[in-house]
Amino acid sequence: MNGRVRKSVPWQRHWLGFLLLAAVLLAVPFVAALAGQAWVRIANFAILYVFLALGLNIVVGYAGLLDLGYVAFYAVGAYTYALLASPHFGIHLPFWVILPIGAGFACMFGVLLGAPTLKLRGDYLAIVTLGFGEIVRIFMNNLNAPINVTNGAQGITLIDPIRMGDFSFAQTSTVLGVTLSGPQKYYFLLVALALLVILVNIRLQDSRIGRAWQAIREDEVAAKACGINTRNIKLLAFAMGASFGGVAGGVFSAMQGFVSPESFSLMESITILAMVVLGGMGHIPGVILGAVLLTGLPEALRYGIEPLQRALFGRMIIDPESLRMLVFGLALVLVMRFRPAGLWPSSQRRRELSESTD
Amino acid sequence: MSEKQLLLEAHDVAKHFGGVKALHDVSLTIRRGEIYGLIGPNGAGKTTFFNCLTGLYKNESGHFIFDGVRLEADAPHKAAEVGIARTFQNIRLFGNMTAIENVMVGRHLRTHAGVVGAITRNAATRREEAAISRRADELLHYVGIHERAHDYAKHLSYGDQRRLEIARALATEPKLLALDEPAAGMNGTETEALRLLVEGICRDGVTVLLIEHDVKLVMGLCGRVAVLDYGEKICEDVPAVVQKDPRVIEAYLGGSVA
Repeated sequence: MNGRVRKSVPWQRHWLGFLLLAAVLLAVPFVAALAGQAWVRIANFAILYVFLALGLNIVVGYAGLLDLGYVAFYAVGAYTYALLASPHFGIHLPFWVILPIGAGFACMFGVLLGAPTLKLRGDYLAIVTLGFGEIVRIFMNNLNAPINVTNGAQGITLIDPIRMGDFSFAQTSTVLGVTLSGPQKYYFLLVALALLVILVNIRLQDSRIGRAWQAIREDEVAAKACGINTRNIKLLAFAMGASFGGVAGGVFSAMQGFVSPESFSLMESITILAMVVLGGMGHIPGVILGAVLLTGLPEALRYGIEPLQRALFGRMIIDPESLRMLVFGLALVLVMRFRPAGLWPSSQRRRELSESTD
Repeated sequence: MSEKQLLLEAHDVAKHFGGVKALHDVSLTIRRGEIYGLIGPNGAGKTTFFNCLTGLYKNESGHFIFDGVRLEADAPHKAAEVGIARTFQNIRLFGNMTAIENVMVGRHLRTHAGVVGAITRNAATRREEAAISRRADELLHYVGIHERAHDYAKHLSYGDQRRLEIARALATEPKLLALDEPAAGMNGTETEALRLLVEGICRDGVTVLLIEHDVKLVMGLCGRVAVLDYGEKICEDVPAVVQKDPRVIEAYLGGSVA
């Protein structure tokens, strides 16, 4: 019977794979640095998006709640960090104090968004969350009067980098005989955070709460009849997803040293959702792949198109910026056409889509 | 009858949809340990009664007293919590979860692990998870589909899906199991097997409320039967009496019988 479910991969059987993966993860910032620190930053963003996408995966992939305003929580986390660690208010709290505050704030916003939308599903929910995301962004944009909280469209600058005692993530320093640049240090911090969110995703999936989310996704009425308090369990999904968004926002803020409402547009929400869907909703390796590809591909195109055109035609024919989005959009369409369950879906999800008639 | 013997009392339960009176002041009592049948022609209000009882609908008037306590059935999960489990007329399983996972979801109510437990996988959570899957396995054995434990629910045969739904309902440790047309679409052998299963469930101490179209099954299985017609209870008695009641015959055959 091919309907059997394969249980999660045991570490023992794939230790070689994990070892290789660890080696690659270790090597990436050094290899990327050969091509310039810009590439290390791109790698950092790829991992930051892995983190965000896996946070959103809890809401969309596990609980089946289509959230188009996820970036709002990212924004809340980013601004929390920015306001509590910059000259804007003259407050300079250490990051390990701010990150939990940011996560808590984002979590609160998650519940705030979740509560009024509990009865909504699918497209209706998507529209409300979309509105919510925009509201948060517009607030950030306009909260500079009468009291200047967010500094409006100019954003907040000179945000403190993450610092532990004398060890600052902003400068180059030598750790255990290895010279690490700022972006390289952030890389390792981000990898650690990403591993944490992966662990949380894996553990939740196969738990009492994870099953309740899946049950709600499958049939909400039956889930209620089974005694699941769907209100609380859905709010929990929103809150958890949101707190991860908040943490990601905090790190983003520290890494960039600058935040403005521009970074939290609807396009950003959609990109994160696209990572989840394109990679394979509800499937952790798929979501990771989606996030890495959707961050890496546009950048590769940005840097690759111009030399390619010069090599082929001897001059620039099409502006790289416009071609980049074209290729990107086309890639999305093709993936969804030929792999509707995502690039790397779970066996279960593939089945759902291939047998949508029953 | 002493209070202790009564598990469920419905008092003048009424529900209408717009101008349609789906239930008109229906009162009935179910005793502990019996198999109680609820029959009636299509559209008589049987499923509406179920939905009011289990909190999916809010009845306009009347109330339920379950196990001596008035039901504030404003949310279905609360009905499950006090001990009313149900199945659905049009089977509602979690199709893309395996059979055993479906039953494990039924254990949600009686277990406690939260997010922290799930993430840290501490000893208490591991113990609870083991207990959940053990109990789910037992229940699959109990309804006789354990060899399909790791198949997706939607890949089970029709009869097995009905059984799985019963196992999932039993996982919530109900005092009252409400079955909505469990024999619908079953052949003779499957119906007979279902009859044995329901009898067994009742013997093991769970009171059963059964909506059914298969009159033969109801008559053979139920201790007492109520008949609904156009949202009103027209008769309530032991099967032998109900069968001969002229109002029942009229409701089923239409027109008067000479």
